[in-house]
Amino acid sequence: MTPAIKFDHVTFQYDSQAEPTLYDINLTITPGEKLLIVGPSGSGKSTLGNLINGLIPHALRGQLTGRVTVAGQDVAASSLAALSRHVGTVLQDPDSQFVGLTTAEDIAFALENDAIAPARMRQQVAHWAATLNLSQQLELSPQALSGGQKQRTAMAGVLIDEGEILLFDEPLAALDPATGKRAIALIDALHRQFNMTVVIIEHRLEDVLTQPVDRVIVMDGGRIQADLTPEALLQSDWLRRVGLRAPLYLEALTAAGIERATITNIADAATVSAPQLKTRLTNWLGAQAPPVARATQAPLLTIQDLTFGYPRGRQLFAHFDLTINRGDMLALVGANGVGKSTLSQLITGFVAPKSGQLRFNGQDLAALSVKERADHIGYIMQDPNQMLSKLQLSDEVALGLTLRHADAATIQAKVAQALQICGLYPFRNWPISALSFGQKKRATIASILTLDPELLILDEPTAGQDWRHYTAMMRFLETLNQQHGITMLLITHDMHLMLEYATRTVVLGSQGLLLDAPPATVLSQPDIIAAASLAETSLYALAQRVGLDPQQFTAAVIANERQAAP
Amino acid sequence: MTEQLFGYDDQDTWLHHLGGATKLLAFLGLSLIAMASYDTRFIAAIVVLSLFLFKQAHIAWRQVRLVVKVIVTFSLLNLVTVYLFAPEYGVQLYGSRHLLFGQGYFTLTQEQLFYEANLALKYIVTVPLALIFLITTNPSEFAASLNKLHLSYRVSYAVALALRYIPDIQTAYHQISLAQQARGWELSAKAKLSARFKGALQILLPLIFSSLARIDTISQAMELRRFGRNPRRSWYRDHPFAKADWLTLGGVAVIIGIGLWLFHQNGGRFYNPF
Repeated sequence: MTPAIKFDHVTFQYDSQAEPTLYDINLTITPGEKLLIVGPSGSGKSTLGNLINGLIPHALRGQLTGRVTVAGQDVAASSLAALSRHVGTVLQDPDSQFVGLTTAEDIAFALENDAIAPARMRQQVAHWAATLNLSQQLELSPQALSGGQKQRTAMAGVLIDEGEILLFDEPLAALDPATGKRAIALIDALHRQFNMTVVIIEHRLEDVLTQPVDRVIVMDGGRIQADLTPEALLQSDWLRRVGLRAPLYLEALTAAGIERATITNIADAATVSAPQLKTRLTNWLGAQAPPVARATQAPLLTIQDLTFGYPRGRQLFAHFDLTINRGDMLALVGANGVGKSTLSQLITGFVAPKSGQLRFNGQDLAALSVKERADHIGYIMQDPNQMLSKLQLSDEVALGLTLRHADAATIQAKVAQALQICGLYPFRNWPISALSFGQKKRATIASILTLDPELLILDEPTAGQDWRHYTAMMRFLETLNQQHGITMLLITHDMHLMLEYATRTVVLGSQGLLLDAPPATVLSQPDIIAAASLAETSLYALAQRVGLDPQQFTAAVIANERQAAP
Repeated sequence: MTEQLFGYDDQDTWLHHLGGATKLLAFLGLSLIAMASYDTRFIAAIVVLSLFLFKQAHIAWRQVRLVVKVIVTFSLLNLVTVYLFAPEYGVQLYGSRHLLFGQGYFTLTQEQLFYEANLALKYIVTVPLALIFLITTNPSEFAASLNKLHLSYRVSYAVALALRYIPDIQTAYHQISLAQQARGWELSAKAKLSARFKGALQILLPLIFSSLARIDTISQAMELRRFGRNPRRSWYRDHPFAKADWLTLGGVAVIIGIGLWLFHQNGGRFYNPF
């Protein structure tokens, strides 16, 4: 049988890079196989994907040695168009790849380019829309769809080519937990129904492994480090060595001192077992110190009787009340479109409430402009590129003070201090474009810190970052919170972030406030989980299976896991 | 959420169902003949027709308010300028002189008034037609029709993409603007014009960088789905010529025919009542 994909001693170096991104890759993928490629950021896993769909070397230039064969074609000698008939690629962020004005046109795009007659095109679009449950959305703009629908539109747009290979580049990055779970299930269904070869590139291992996978490739430093079954991977030490997060239920077993080698059915939280599993987990939990509750401090921001809706839009808040206390590290969660970002925009003054009162330190915010509020409340957008406007780092960080006409000595001192806190001082004279994504994010935080904010609002502070970068960012925010006394409001979809770092979780629903509780409590309430499009963690399932209190168990495992983070 | 100022409005009228190419041809044909002709009766008839069509297209006043105001202002300015530069041009054209009042350079004659009334009608006639075309034509279908008129599909698609990205860019601009304000740029009406201008430049840099990144991604996504591969492409929103299209074009041809016949009858482009 000819392999679906074959890498034969492949080394690749981008023209813009000083060193190769991939070294001597050898990999054979058989038709109908479902393969997962994991690895930290910069490990070369996306580059590997780009060699399969031909973006390398046809769109992204560089030095390629060795030979990549896809569906019997030599990738370097073939063309993007010829390869696209065999390989359907779903890119990371569907939003940025939509070309059609409506969902239907976007699905039809490849057929349009093949000059297929419109009648046949409409028939095909209807067929794939029905398969992926998009029939009702065909006439809508792709931008108006929910996250899951967007991704299904992107899938339909490549499935319509009826190629035999499907490639997903970080399919979970833009989805909330519940939608992510459904996406993984859908990929699995397609795999089985059409017997396609599926390659998934993702660093969120636990989420992908909620469905079966034939084989996992572990990438690090541009090399394939391991090529093994999910079971073998979980039994091994590879995840820790390359800095990837092991599934939470395994962390729990590890914390309880259970040897990896004695664990059976390791790939699924619902079936995982080990000798005396129940007793050992119960004993371990009993030995854990109860979590120390933090004392509630004075209110910093009080929202009273807030009512707001966009003109011609749904009413988002009706008589909404919330108090954020000094020192809170508060996670704001909820399904897409429920008003999380709007709430932060109401606080920063980007939009004005219809009625209700916001008080900050006792002062009515209504009297303050966006600029005046910014003296106390810092707002960090998800995409740092939308915030950075200077060419050089120290100018960027100084901007807020310069605009407030601070004197030169103060500016210099404060900028240096902010850069030091953010670990960016050595880069102060660097051009911003030379910084990594995580560094840019910290640069935006540094530029806000110079204004001495009492409250920081962060929109998805760790989106798209691997465990190592995620941990570095969150530890940094935690330092700001604990040592510099800055109150934090974190808008997030990330369950781990919420469990590990938040001291308090506020769940927004379409009817306003759903729940305001410690993080572990949130994940032990199935109705809240469903309403907020969150997902149950594997710890919850495990705790229930062995008859432990899920809330207490989750809190204890998370506390333990934090000490083990890279 | 900023309301989209001006653009395609999806409705269900017969004008919306006409093909984009038909509407483009009809618009061009009617505008050209109305521009060429100075037969008041003829232009007035087309004005009535275009206002009737405007009504048929279910276009709301608020959608076009701004554009109409701008156009009216410029047209008035233009009419005044025409008078200022040549107050007796009408006399020259029509070969007679019926003085109403005035003397020296600034005189007002019936002939001049009649000539300028013709000009005003010409301005009026194209506006509803252009607005009908823009508001009832789906951008994708518009691209398809441009392509049908033998414009390269790459260019046609670029036009459609540009139309499609305008709202996105507006949103991004708004977001960045707010983020900059939060850092201390005063961009509201309170600030001086020069400060606002400088502030706007400050927004452009991040906007350009984030747009460039997007363009990269989208062009890769398009290539991965074979855009630009073939010399020809088809269009999902393609609109095969239907009876209504042929009837419309036929009607336009008849109107153009009448206009040309009037040239012959009037012995030139001008209708002379004097």
